[in-house]
Amino acid sequence: MNFTYGLKRGLPIGIGYLAVSFAFGVLAVNGLSPLMATIISLTNLTSSGQYAGVLLIFECASYFEIGLTVLLINLRYSLMSISLSQKINTNIPKWKRLIMGFGITDEVYGVAISEDKKVEASYFFGLMLLPIIGWTLGTAIGAFGANFIPDRLLIALNIALYAMFIALIIPPAKKSKEIALVVGIAIILSCIFYYVPYIKEIGLGFKTIISTIIASIIGALVFPIKETEETIKEEAQNV
Amino acid sequence: MYKIICVLVMILVTYLPRAIPIVFIKKEIKNEFFKSFLFYVPYAVLASLTFPAIFYFSSNIYLGIIGTVTALILAFFNQKLYVVALVSVVVVFGFSFIFF
Repeated sequence: MNFTYGLKRGLPIGIGYLAVSFAFGVLAVNGLSPLMATIISLTNLTSSGQYAGVLLIFECASYFEIGLTVLLINLRYSLMSISLSQKINTNIPKWKRLIMGFGITDEVYGVAISEDKKVEASYFFGLMLLPIIGWTLGTAIGAFGANFIPDRLLIALNIALYAMFIALIIPPAKKSKEIALVVGIAIILSCIFYYVPYIKEIGLGFKTIISTIIASIIGALVFPIKETEETIKEEAQNV
Repeated sequence: MYKIICVLVMILVTYLPRAIPIVFIKKEIKNEFFKSFLFYVPYAVLASLTFPAIFYFSSNIYLGIIGTVTALILAFFNQKLYVVALVSVVVVFGFSFIFF
């Protein structure tokens, strides 16, 4: 469980990230500089959160809307972080944990939690390094290369983020009727906010926040989950 | 300036939920309602961000519907994240020659 072993385990994640972050880079330069897009990827290291953030920046949303929406999307990392805190060696000092926290993504978490032994800091640093490089590099290539890509392809690339969201939602919703219900309610609410006159004037961030909170509260009331962490673990391994 | 502050806000709300638990929490969260709520949130956020916005990702709604159906089918068969994204882009790119 050393640094090198971590690197090896992180390589496939890094390669996968290259493709998805390329699409992010292309999308982000619709309103941000290529350098800024790259910095976002390096510092955020997350797909849905930073995508949502950038979409909201394009809409000129308020800081509060952006902060709360991105926070809501990233709340799942808290669950993973809690679960990892039980999995890592208890001797790991706080400053190392501060760095480890930065590297928690769905895939990195999924790999780390599936290891047989207690997770060491050096292993985790190795594990997170190539995903960080892949994510940042892919964004840079997409962002700086966007000018050389034909318009038709640029338009087509805009579907990438939504396709990815669908890929994150459907498999778990297929397996669990609870998740399917929450997803269904969220979609209905979101459509109401999109189409109904007057209501549709609300900003994108607030639409998302209100739909999310109502759907999740209904889910938590109707179907409280007991083995949340087990389910999350299982799901993260499937990504 | 607006954009820089936005990015700083994003960094903060991305890093804190990741770092705080692993640094400070030693025990597991017990409250069942709160745990369930946290569990459902990401799915609800992604669903409401995607629908109905995906239909209007380009100026042509038919292209939106084709892209949506493609992604739904691939996701239904548990294809990997980047496979769903890439194939949807390729299919939409192909069909765009009919519509534009």
